[in-house]
Amino acid sequence: MASQREPAAVDVSLRLNGRDVTLRVPAHRSLLDTLRDTLGLTGTKKVCNEGDCGACTVLVDGRPVYSCLTLAVACAGKHVETIEGLARDGDLHPVQQAFIDHDAYQCGFCTPGQVMSLVGLLRENASPSEDEVRRAVSGNLCRCGAYTNIVAAGLAAAKAKR
Amino acid sequence: MSPLRVTKSRDEFEGEIYESTVVVEGRDLAAPRDGAAGDEVGRPRPRVDGRARVTGAAVYTHDLHLAGMLHAAILRSPYARARVKRVDASKAEALPGVRGVLHRFNAPEVEFRQEKALFRDEVRFLGDEVAAVVADSEGLARYALTLIAVEYEVLPHVVDLEEAASPRAPKIDPDGNVHDAGSYTRGDTRRALREAEATIDVTYRTSTQMHNALETHGAVASWDGERLTVWESTQSVFGVRNMLKDALGLAPAQVRVLCEHMGGGFGAKLGTYKYAVIASLFSMRLGRPVRCVLTRREENLAAGNRSATLQRLRLASSGDRITAIEHETWSNSGQGRWAANPTGPTNTLYDVANVSSVAHRVTTNAGALSAFRAPGYVEGTFALESAIDELALRIGVDPLALRRRHARSRTDPRTGNRYSLKRLLDCYTIGAKEIGWSERRAGGTRGSAPHRRRGLGMASQIWGGGGGPPAYATVHFETDGTAVLRVGVQDIGTGTRTAVAQVCADEIGLRLDQVRVRLGDTEAPYGPGSGGSVTLASIGPAVRLAAHDARAKVLRAAAGILEVRAQELRLERGMVVSEGARTPLGDVMKKLDNSTLIGTGLRHPNPDGLALKTFGAHFARVEVDLRTGEIFVEKIVAVHDVGRIVNPLAAASQVQGGIVQALGFALTEERIVDRGLGRVMNANLEWYEIPTAMDVPEIVVRFVGAPDRRANNLGAKGLGEPPIIPAAAAVANAVANATGARVRHAPMTRARVLAALSMAGIA
Repeated sequence: MASQREPAAVDVSLRLNGRDVTLRVPAHRSLLDTLRDTLGLTGTKKVCNEGDCGACTVLVDGRPVYSCLTLAVACAGKHVETIEGLARDGDLHPVQQAFIDHDAYQCGFCTPGQVMSLVGLLRENASPSEDEVRRAVSGNLCRCGAYTNIVAAGLAAAKAKR
Repeated sequence: MSPLRVTKSRDEFEGEIYESTVVVEGRDLAAPRDGAAGDEVGRPRPRVDGRARVTGAAVYTHDLHLAGMLHAAILRSPYARARVKRVDASKAEALPGVRGVLHRFNAPEVEFRQEKALFRDEVRFLGDEVAAVVADSEGLARYALTLIAVEYEVLPHVVDLEEAASPRAPKIDPDGNVHDAGSYTRGDTRRALREAEATIDVTYRTSTQMHNALETHGAVASWDGERLTVWESTQSVFGVRNMLKDALGLAPAQVRVLCEHMGGGFGAKLGTYKYAVIASLFSMRLGRPVRCVLTRREENLAAGNRSATLQRLRLASSGDRITAIEHETWSNSGQGRWAANPTGPTNTLYDVANVSSVAHRVTTNAGALSAFRAPGYVEGTFALESAIDELALRIGVDPLALRRRHARSRTDPRTGNRYSLKRLLDCYTIGAKEIGWSERRAGGTRGSAPHRRRGLGMASQIWGGGGGPPAYATVHFETDGTAVLRVGVQDIGTGTRTAVAQVCADEIGLRLDQVRVRLGDTEAPYGPGSGGSVTLASIGPAVRLAAHDARAKVLRAAAGILEVRAQELRLERGMVVSEGARTPLGDVMKKLDNSTLIGTGLRHPNPDGLALKTFGAHFARVEVDLRTGEIFVEKIVAVHDVGRIVNPLAAASQVQGGIVQALGFALTEERIVDRGLGRVMNANLEWYEIPTAMDVPEIVVRFVGAPDRRANNLGAKGLGEPPIIPAAAAVANAVANATGARVRHAPMTRARVLAALSMAGIA
C-alpha cells in the first residue's frame, strides 16, 4: 500500500532555468508538483491539475507544455524553463515587460502561464500574426478576461524583440 | 478641526441599502472639478505590483510554504442528501503521517452561519463537508480520505429549481422549499395592465454560473499558542477575521488575516467558508501551520455559484410609454439562506409609473449560492432588457428610443432621492454612435454568408457602487521622503493597490514610485470587503484625506528645516519647492532623523438625500449561423457612467473582463447537475466552458468620465460589477434583431438558438 502511494524515488538530471540540477523525485510526480513543492518555484500555478487551463505552462526544450501533465522523470536531460528564469540580471523579458505595459492581467494568477506560452511562440516565430498570438494562448484560461490585452502584449513583445 | 461626532450613513451594497452608525472626525475635502487631472489620477498607469506578477515573485495563498506546515483535505458527501450515521476514521488515523481527523462525532462545537456544527448530521448537497484529515503532505491527506468509512442513510433530494418549487418535491426545509426574498410595489400594475394598449407576458431562464476563479479557495492557518494568523485568498480580510473569531471563540486581537495577492474572486471570496475553520482548528490543536486548499472540483461543488433563475415578466404600454412592469422571480439558492434578488433593475432602472416585483428563493440540494459579480442584476437585466426589446418590437418602436424615453428621470424611483449624477442618456448617445446604431434595420441584415444573419442590440445597466464608511487610511514617511500608505482593504486583481497609490501620490505631491502601499492585513484600521463595487469609492476618499493630512505636516516640518514659512512651500513630484529652490523631500526628511510624520484619513458619510448609482449601456453586433445556431459576437461597445476614472488603463481592463465573463454567462457557461444523482457533471474547466482567447470580440470601452462631485471627495464610483451587467441582454437583443428569434434562456447555446429559430419558423 505504502509503495503505491510513494513509488521509489529516482534521480533525474535536467537543466532548470539554465542550471544543471539533479533531483530525487518519486517516479509519478508531475513536473508541476516538482517545481512547486520540491523546488519551491511557486511562480508556476496549479489551477486544474488536469490539463484544462494552462496556468502551469513551462517550457521544455523551448516548447510550452502543461507541467501538470508532464512527469518530472520525463524531463531527464531536457531544459525546463519557468517564469522565474526569464529575467536576465534583473532585466525583464520583452513579454514580461509588455504584460506590465499593456495591463495584460488582473488577478495575475494565469500570468506566468500566459507569459511562458508567448515566450515559446516567439522562440519559434519572431513575427507572429495576431491570430498566431491568439492561438498561442488559446490553451491558457484567464477568468478575469484579460485576453485583449494579453494578445496586444504578445504582439508588442514580438515587435520589441525585433 | 471639527470635533468627533457620531452620525448615520446610508450605503448601498449589492443592491440593498444599509444604514449604519459611523464616527466622523474632521472635515471632508471638496471633490475635484471636471477635467482636473492630477499627475497621476486620471492617467493610465501600469500596476505598481506589475513586476512581482510577471516574474512569479508575487506570493498567493496557494504558494505559501511555512516551516513545519501540514496539509488538510476535506471528505465531501457523495450524496445530495443523507444522514451521516457512523464515521470510522480508524484506518486513516493509523496511517503514518496522518496527524488528525475531524468529523461530526469528534469535532468541537463551532458556530458557523447560524449552525452549531462544522459537519452536519444531515448533509444537504453533494460536496457537503463530512470529515477532514490533516497530514504531512496534501497527497497523503487526500489518500487518507479514502480510508474513512462513512455510513450514510440516503434521503430524498431535489436539485432542480423548477422541480424543487413544485408541490410534489421533497421538502428540504421544514417550511417548504420556496421562501420570500423580497417584494416591491409602486403604482397599480394590475390596473395598468388591464388598461394597456399592448402587453407582453414572457418567461426567461438563466442557468447556474460558476465563478471558477483560477486560484481556488484556500487558507493557511498558523496558531502560535496565543494568536492565530491566517493567510486566505479572500475579498475581505476583515470578513474572514470576524467569521473566524466567532467560530473559534477568539478575541478580534487574536486573529490576524492576511491577503497580499489573490487569484480572483468575483464575489465567491466575499463570503467565508469552512476550510478556513478546519485549517485553524487543526493548527490550534497541533501547533503547526496548516494549509487547506480546495481542488477545482471542490471549488465547483462547495464554493458558491450564481443562482439559476426562472423569471416571469409582464410589461404594458400605452402610446409610446411603458405603463407597467410586473416581475416575479425564483432563484435556486441551493443550501444558501439568501437570494440574489433579480428584480433590482426592474425596480430602479426606468421611469415607469407602475412596478410590482416579487422574488422567491428556492432551496435545493445543491451547493449554496454566493455573490457572483452583480448578483441578481446580471440575471435580472438579462430578463428585463430582453423584455423591453420584445415590447419595443410589439409596438413598433426602436428599442433604444423606447429606453431613452424612460431614462430621463433625475430621481431614484424607489427612494424618491435625486441621483447625485446620472449620465445614462450620454451613454446611449456615445454607444449608439460607436456601434453604428443608425444602420440597424428591423429584421437584421445579411451576414458574411447566405446562412448568416447580422444584427445589433443594446441594453442598459444600473448598479450602486457609491461605497461609504467606515474606511481608514494612514500615511507615514520613511526617512528618505517616500511614503507608506496603509489601508485595510485588499486588491483582488482590480488594481486597488495602484489606484490608491495614485490618489496618495497626487495629494501629497510625490511620484507614484515614491508611494508604497501596504494592504490585505487586518492589523491596519478597518477597510471594507471588495464587493458591491465599493472598494475605491470607500477607501479612496480616506486615502486622499490621509495624504492631505500628511502633506500639511510634511510641509510644516520642511518649513522648520528650511527656515521659511509653510505657506511658501509646496510639494511637486517628491521635491519641496519654494521660491527659487527645489529640494528633494528626502534631503529634508534626513534632517528629521527618525521623527515620523503620520497622516490619517477616514471616509466621510455619503450625502443625505441623494441616490448614488452607476449607469451604463452595452451595444452588441452579432452574426448568427442559421444552420448551426452559433452566435458570433463581433463587437461590443461598452459605455459606463461611474464618475471619475482614477486609472484609465486598469479601468478598461475591468470593463473588458466584465464583458468576457458576461459572454460566458450569455453563451456557454452552465452548471449541469444530474437530477437523479444530484451530481455536478461539469465541475471542471473542460466541460464547464469559460471563454478563451479565441472567443473574445472587438471590445470598445468608453467612459462618460465626469466626476460625481456629490458622491465623495474623489468623485469616483465603483466599476467592478457594472461591465458584467448588460452584455448578455445586448447580445440576446442583437440575436433577436438578426434572426427574428428570441432566445429566452441564458446561456444561449446552439441548441437553444436552434430551438428558438425553429419556434420562429426560421430553421
